[in-house]
Amino acid sequence: MASKEVMTLNMGPQHPSTHGVLRLVVELDGEVIQKITPHIGYLHRGIEKLSEHRTYHQTLPLTDRMDYLAPMSNNLGYVLTVEKLLALEVPERAQTIRVILTELTRIMSHLVWLACHALDIGAMTVFLYCFREREALMDIYEMVSGARMTTNYFRVGGLSQDVPEGFEAAVRKFIDEFPANMDTYEGLLTNNTIWRQRTVGNGVISAEDAIDMGITGPALRGSGVDWDLRRDNPYSGYEKYSFKVPVGENCDTFDRYQVRLVEMREAAKIVRQALDSLKPGPVLADAPQVCYPPKEAVYNTIEGLIHHFKIASEGFAVPEGEVYQSIENPKGELGYYIVSDGTAKPYRMRVRPPSFVNLQAIEKMAKGSMLADLVAVIGTLDIVLGEIDR
Amino acid sequence: MENGMIFLGLPVAYYIAMIAKVLVVFVCVLLTVAYATWAERKLIGHMQVRIGPKRVGPFGLLQPIADGLKLFFKEEIVPAQASTFAFLLAPLIALIPAFIAFAVIPFGGTIEVGGYKLPLQIAGYIADQPSGKVIDLNVGVLYILALASLGVYGIVLAGWSSNSKYSLLGGLRASAQIVSYELAAGLAIVSVFLMSGSLSLQQIVADQAGGVANWYFIRQPFAFVAFIVYFICSLAEINRTPFDLPEAETELVSGFGTEYSSMKYAMFFMAEYANMITVCAVTVTLFLGGWHEPIPQVVSIGGWEFYLSWANFVIKVYFLIFVCMWIRATYPRYRYDQLMALGWKFFLPLTLLCVVGTGAVVYFFPNGFWGALFS
Repeated sequence: MASKEVMTLNMGPQHPSTHGVLRLVVELDGEVIQKITPHIGYLHRGIEKLSEHRTYHQTLPLTDRMDYLAPMSNNLGYVLTVEKLLALEVPERAQTIRVILTELTRIMSHLVWLACHALDIGAMTVFLYCFREREALMDIYEMVSGARMTTNYFRVGGLSQDVPEGFEAAVRKFIDEFPANMDTYEGLLTNNTIWRQRTVGNGVISAEDAIDMGITGPALRGSGVDWDLRRDNPYSGYEKYSFKVPVGENCDTFDRYQVRLVEMREAAKIVRQALDSLKPGPVLADAPQVCYPPKEAVYNTIEGLIHHFKIASEGFAVPEGEVYQSIENPKGELGYYIVSDGTAKPYRMRVRPPSFVNLQAIEKMAKGSMLADLVAVIGTLDIVLGEIDR
Repeated sequence: MENGMIFLGLPVAYYIAMIAKVLVVFVCVLLTVAYATWAERKLIGHMQVRIGPKRVGPFGLLQPIADGLKLFFKEEIVPAQASTFAFLLAPLIALIPAFIAFAVIPFGGTIEVGGYKLPLQIAGYIADQPSGKVIDLNVGVLYILALASLGVYGIVLAGWSSNSKYSLLGGLRASAQIVSYELAAGLAIVSVFLMSGSLSLQQIVADQAGGVANWYFIRQPFAFVAFIVYFICSLAEINRTPFDLPEAETELVSGFGTEYSSMKYAMFFMAEYANMITVCAVTVTLFLGGWHEPIPQVVSIGGWEFYLSWANFVIKVYFLIFVCMWIRATYPRYRYDQLMALGWKFFLPLTLLCVVGTGAVVYFFPNGFWGALFS
């Protein structure tokens, strides 16, 4: 008998399906995976450390560069944490707009997941369809914030400004067309024999293992754990909306696929409810210590100008304390832990990134399967390296 | 030209006609290869809500030429530690069989040039001019099967000689794929032999004359199944989606072609498209009536038969090429063990059944299946 040698394959960081700059060292026996060692850090920008040298508002634009596929969700997690530390009440309208935009972000992030997941398994057309769909959302982003990806639209205490005219119509148009478009994408995949063969039974992880590893988000729900922070630990007024939390049964890639698809449809429903309940009102809290004054005051009065200058140059002091706030990011539980020493800069900020935690399941999910399955597993985990490395 | 010069026992006109046919076919296939790449990009582009190439020339029509030029001027890279000879040989092994398989395919009827009749098939000639009986390679189908399996050696060799792990995996997949599909493809063709009683492609095409009802794919139910299986197997044989495992981009970067650059890469690329054309041409010849028109003699076409015969062939081949591209835009990719399972556990028994079924139908309904069924 020939000796059994294991082939070590270095997959990435330059590889078409490592979603950015992930490097996996895979040990293969033929095409069967024996061991996977993820190497991360290629996109490390020191966001946590940088935040210690920036005022609370200056940290905000760093957060949307973490999970660049869901910038609004990252912003939301951060502003909620700081608001919790400040014990700041955010106006109703700002909260509702935040919900609308973060749910649209969920759709956007899941669209990119679906696109890349399908492309990894070889269905190229779905990829481009999803990106076309995402374009409409980018336009909405651009409408409210002027940027398509690094939005930086939320502020501690509310929003940077009210949504422009035409926002509601654009969002309504999108959520009206979205379910029918989803049917098309599902039609290309869900009942496709090849798609089923590639995803059913692939990347199985039991509910116990998933909980042990701290996996969150659709990857956890795909394993049958009914846990969604929007419902179980509501923030930003999520308790007002009725939505279904989809849960899988077979713990495999196909179930996670279905969970995410249902989530997208549910997100569209939440957006509709939020739009219906949207009432006029202020979008920034009445907290002059924290929030910028209105632009008319800045341009026309000396007090307003000084007020603006003070906040822009010094930031605002935050009471001493420690706080943890987490939200249901499209990828899982995104948590911010901030320690304040009473100054205008955080003493320490730590982010609990969902992708980072979810990534550790990769070996459990793909061990013993084939190299082609590994690609499907990377897709189903829906990782973003910007968030893993920060 | 009845008493033309004789050279090595054959009239000189034979040699002239042969060279002319080779040149015409080679140029046509080469052009189709070039424009199949353009058509694929354009077609898939439109299917995927984008527009495809449009910058180089009107509708991007000069794109293939620009691509070719670009690749021509790229640096030739041979990886260190690669087996240089095999590395250089592999693209040739992939490309040449794809082209020479065309030698036996009849792409039209018989034409008459200056009183000399010649068949539109490279490896065919008319010895007995007055009767016009075409003589061609009497094992034409076997020749095609042989060449089709030769092409994969290029891929396996490329994977092995590159000294790269991704290439090696691609080469392994290619060999696994070919063994699981060749058998089913071969058995699917047996159904055709049973109906035609001959391995000569001229005979097979001649037997399908007289309209669409006589084409093999529809002559009886088993033949239809064989046709579908053969077409799917051909997709696997030429590494097209959903069976593009040897070069599965998202898994193996570019599979067997990872280390190839410049014209060597272009050769693999051309081989892929040439193979696609060949396979579609073979499918048309074996199952879709070859160069015969779907509805015979509806109008009298004085003098136009010549154009009609090869135009029929070209249209059918292009249609199948379109189907290949369409499939690529629609389906995800198989995993290689699933593909082997499909080949061995599903297609092989199915084709065996087809062989038995076709044989039974041929034996029990010598005057046609559907006629016997509906009379």
